Amino acid sequence: MTTTPEKTDVVTLTIDGIQVSVPKDTLVIRAAEQVGVQIPRFCDHPLLAPVGACRQCLVEIPDAGNGRGMPKPQASCTIPVAEGMVVNTQVTSPVADKAQQGQMEFLLINHPLDCPVCDKGGECPLQNQAMSNGRGESRFSATGGVKRTFPKPINISAQILLDRERCIVCQRCTRFASEIAGDPFIALVERGAQQQIGIADNAPFLSYFSGNTIQICPVGALTSADYRFRSRPFDLVSTPSIAEHDACGSAIRVDHRRGKVMRRLAGNDPEVNEEWITDKDRFGFHYARQADRLTHPLVRDTTSGELRPASWPEAFAVAARGLAAARTSGGVGVLTGGRLIAEDAYAYSKFARVVLGTNDIDFRARPHSAEEAAFLASEVVLRMPVTYADLEKASVVVLAGLEPEDEAGSIFLRLRKAVAAGTRVVAVAPYSSRGLRKLKGRLVATSAGDEREALAALAADADAALDAGAVILVGERLAAVPGALTAAVDLARTTGARLAWVPRRAGDRGAVETGCLPNLLPGGRPVADPTARVDAAAAWGVTSLPEQPGRDGDGIVAALNAGELTGLVVGGVALDDLPDPEAARQALAAAEFVVSLELRENEVTRAADVVFPVAPVSDKAGLFVTWEGRPRTFDAVFSNPGSLPDLRILSGIAEESGVPLGFRTVEEARRQMNEVGPWDGARAPAAAAPKIKQRRLARNKFWLATWKQMLDNGAMLDGDTALSATARPAVARVPHATYDVLAGATHVTLAGDRGEVTLPVEAADLPDDTVWVPANNDGNGVLADLASPGSAVTVKAVKA
Amino acid sequence: MTDMLTPVLTANWGTDRSWTLEAYEAQGGYAALPKALKMKQDDVITAVKDSGLRGRGGAGFPTGMKWSFIPQDNPNPKYLVVNADESEPGTCKDIPLMMASPHTLVEGVIISSYAIRANHAFIYVRGEVLHVVRRLQRAVQEAYAAGHLGKNIHGSGYDLDLVIHAGAGAYICGEETALLDSLEGRRGQPRLRPPFPAVAGLYASPTVINNVESIASVPSIIDKGADWFASMGTEKSKGYVIYSLSGHVKTPGQYEAPLGITLRELIDLGGGMRAGHELKFWTPGGSSTPLLTAEQLDMPLDYEAVGAAGSMLGTRALQIFDETTCVVRAVLRWTEFYKHESCGKCTPCREGTWWLVQVLTRLEKGQGSEEDLDVLLDQCENILGRSFCALGDGATSPISSSIQHFRDEYLAHLTHGGCPFDPAASTAFAQEGALA
Repeated sequence: MTTTPEKTDVVTLTIDGIQVSVPKDTLVIRAAEQVGVQIPRFCDHPLLAPVGACRQCLVEIPDAGNGRGMPKPQASCTIPVAEGMVVNTQVTSPVADKAQQGQMEFLLINHPLDCPVCDKGGECPLQNQAMSNGRGESRFSATGGVKRTFPKPINISAQILLDRERCIVCQRCTRFASEIAGDPFIALVERGAQQQIGIADNAPFLSYFSGNTIQICPVGALTSADYRFRSRPFDLVSTPSIAEHDACGSAIRVDHRRGKVMRRLAGNDPEVNEEWITDKDRFGFHYARQADRLTHPLVRDTTSGELRPASWPEAFAVAARGLAAARTSGGVGVLTGGRLIAEDAYAYSKFARVVLGTNDIDFRARPHSAEEAAFLASEVVLRMPVTYADLEKASVVVLAGLEPEDEAGSIFLRLRKAVAAGTRVVAVAPYSSRGLRKLKGRLVATSAGDEREALAALAADADAALDAGAVILVGERLAAVPGALTAAVDLARTTGARLAWVPRRAGDRGAVETGCLPNLLPGGRPVADPTARVDAAAAWGVTSLPEQPGRDGDGIVAALNAGELTGLVVGGVALDDLPDPEAARQALAAAEFVVSLELRENEVTRAADVVFPVAPVSDKAGLFVTWEGRPRTFDAVFSNPGSLPDLRILSGIAEESGVPLGFRTVEEARRQMNEVGPWDGARAPAAAAPKIKQRRLARNKFWLATWKQMLDNGAMLDGDTALSATARPAVARVPHATYDVLAGATHVTLAGDRGEVTLPVEAADLPDDTVWVPANNDGNGVLADLASPGSAVTVKAVKA
Repeated sequence: MTDMLTPVLTANWGTDRSWTLEAYEAQGGYAALPKALKMKQDDVITAVKDSGLRGRGGAGFPTGMKWSFIPQDNPNPKYLVVNADESEPGTCKDIPLMMASPHTLVEGVIISSYAIRANHAFIYVRGEVLHVVRRLQRAVQEAYAAGHLGKNIHGSGYDLDLVIHAGAGAYICGEETALLDSLEGRRGQPRLRPPFPAVAGLYASPTVINNVESIASVPSIIDKGADWFASMGTEKSKGYVIYSLSGHVKTPGQYEAPLGITLRELIDLGGGMRAGHELKFWTPGGSSTPLLTAEQLDMPLDYEAVGAAGSMLGTRALQIFDETTCVVRAVLRWTEFYKHESCGKCTPCREGTWWLVQVLTRLEKGQGSEEDLDVLLDQCENILGRSFCALGDGATSPISSSIQHFRDEYLAHLTHGGCPFDPAASTAFAQEGALA
């Protein structure tokens, strides 16, 4: 294969007699891979800085490129290639081979022979390389050697366990923790053979990314409470997939046995998540097998008024009949939540338009606004302005309404990498979060609700120095601040910076693309554009589509409460996530007919008239669209005939209604989506600047800032006990000035228009008029129990 | 006989309260400082280069050349760090020097820092020697009071702050990059090189790290001239050094003499071997240097000759063992030291020393077999040149050299079913007639 190398400097060297050209600065160990030689290694990891600790990768360098040889074998993981260098690995050099065998022997003398019970056994680099580069018999035990032992194991966090005697102190885990995650809670302690990984007293390894250390551990020293002793690698079947917990689209590998997911690992996708995933992506999969999982359709019995099991055909018929009646008596709204695969979202979008005859559909199960819907239609849909790789190249990244460590873990890790290479981070945020400090970011301290002004001011901020190399990442939370998204668009326009929208949930972006919005049809077709409607109608083979732009989530709830809408289709929405949970609860009660498509029983299913169980992501193929706009398809892990995707259920109801959707499977839906294709006509116009109401803060009140921490009380973490134990505890953060006034009180009670919460209190560099609480680490969450973000709350000290 | 001695560093050790500024100055101390401050910095470096001074910490790297590696166009501050973490078994020259005459070192630090344009210098002292730390601290205090340290030293416009830093008791921190990590407040483990300390050392800034004796030699070079210094010693090993004679000689101690003196001469200076005993083996420069035997009694003790004999001059820590000593036992004790001091960073040193001790222990007890000797040598081969830093290399020296010279004695342990030596016979209290 002859390819012209890119414009990088190329260095040519000889490895085991074979000439090879590699980019400058390539390490010898990786250059050797190019000629098909795998040098054994432990401490080396392509994404971590070289350390040269394990000495396993020793090679001979008879010519360092300057005509002189290196007198001793060299660790090939620390030596960059040089022009004319000659390297002899274990393949051609008896010295290198002996050196490697010697290191392997040393590594094994203190390593326990517990491979038969070790989780790593069968997929263990130490085991494998001991076979390939070690001796069969132990001279250590032949000479009566006594191994060093430790009591086993110790918890370094609620999730991660450490078997110290298995550890070969390669430092991969500690280097990951400090270099990649920025959470150096683990470090080497003691020395010599007693050297071990340790934590400080009362400072466990609480990192959102801790699970990665288990995966890169080259021995079985690190295990998870979740998986330890659960199965053997050779009993597992591995299926590549895409993580469903956030909009990052991280590649994962699902390892399963007899129809049960045993564990999940990070996939290797250099374009997206590299080799890292969050602990939520890794450990959060027990939700799908909780006891409250729905297994069969339910319909409300006309005589008893109770839900009773029903056959699929009956449920389809009852749902079709009820929805038709509701459509006639007022109309039906559709709330889809943000966790759907794009094919399911597309099915809801089409179902709303052609079966229910409405644009009353919204995926945004969170505070939202009309300004946001217009922003998504004009600025986001169909576009891919920023990729992960672009983050690394950006001069400065502005974060607004986005806390990447909590809300988009892969973005956070990529930003850490970017920052190490010189990218600056500026955050329009209420306070310097741990995540922001780890990004060495500059805080533009912003009161909750003042993001619009803060973004506007950034245009002229000489320190931020936004230019065409800058990237602005706006989070979904910005929707709750009138004018903020418009200000972000203006900022991008005036500075030349690129703008990307980062939602929290895996299905959010796909829902935008497939038209689960009141103002968008699939493929970015604006509802308000007659040609776009005709185009979609033609693609779907219907005569017309509803013309009126629909109601958004708030509008649907209000219309149900006002009796303007009488029916509701809900797919995967928790009421306490909605902007006004109480109003949503009333709307659910007010609706005459409710169809619920759900994985597990919840408030909505209990109130619904027809309940359909749906398949979890493991049971279906699908497509998630990342925050970048990158499609991420995956195949089903399990083939489970009783577990149907939403689109199959919607098509069943549609067929019963006499308006078939034209697909019954994910593949068919995807094919139809591709046929409908993206809209090539005019994009929706930019959002009109919303009217800004002047806010005034009453005396002794504070604006409420909040976001969802990565690990919280969300239903998708149910059953993950060890993982949940590593969550950051719920604390209220108050400005330093306020904290001083509390005079040592350990707790505060915050009171808002929806209730009161009492939490431990901490001081933070918040503006004097703002307090922060995590959105869902306490009770039913902030929206249900306290107030909506950006509204005013009071703070009272609680006497201990 | 004593005309072979050239006391320079040790000249004032005998004076009353020699460690005080008063006593040091009375002996002509701090005379070199004003001379140096009047010189151009590069001229000071040239003088040290011309003197032929080589690092006294063991490796013998030319000191002036090391100084000239400091990139003066680097915008970061420059640092001088003195390695006073003297911990090698047998090595005992820096600590007496700092005890007896800390000002010699302080004056050397000032001149050396001036030469490399450092405004901040550190002396990293081994943590266990608290009395030395106190003497150094007091000397620095006195030097500040006398205007030898601080702002605008003696009107020269040159500023220097000197910090005495006590380590926490780790042999590895004598390795220069581990020392830097420790000085920075981290765990003392050797760093990957490059970057070398001259480019990115302390706080990622250009740093010179020198041994105590090297720096302490600088004032005499400035005061008496490079030619005077270079007139001593041998062709490539110039100047005087401190020879630390210990073990089975009548008068152990510090003997300052030009490089190139022989062990026979030194033993004579030390009053000869213990009465009635003869030399069995010795180390030229601490336990990390392969041990030698009476065959090398007339070998000149300079870098080249000792190297040619298969050992290293090292720190000139001459540990003398007579025929009462069991070499297996001595080597085991040294190996236990390396096992205890291995930092744990790299596999061969960490695991290798763990294993070596076990094999040697068995051999000393007369257990095991002759093949164990080959296993031992093979282990040493797998450590030497494979470990991250020189600690692992040093751990193998006594083992491989002792098997080379005394293989029969190892085997005697096996045939004898244990150590054939009387362990009491080698002790210091085992004088003739003192034993029953």
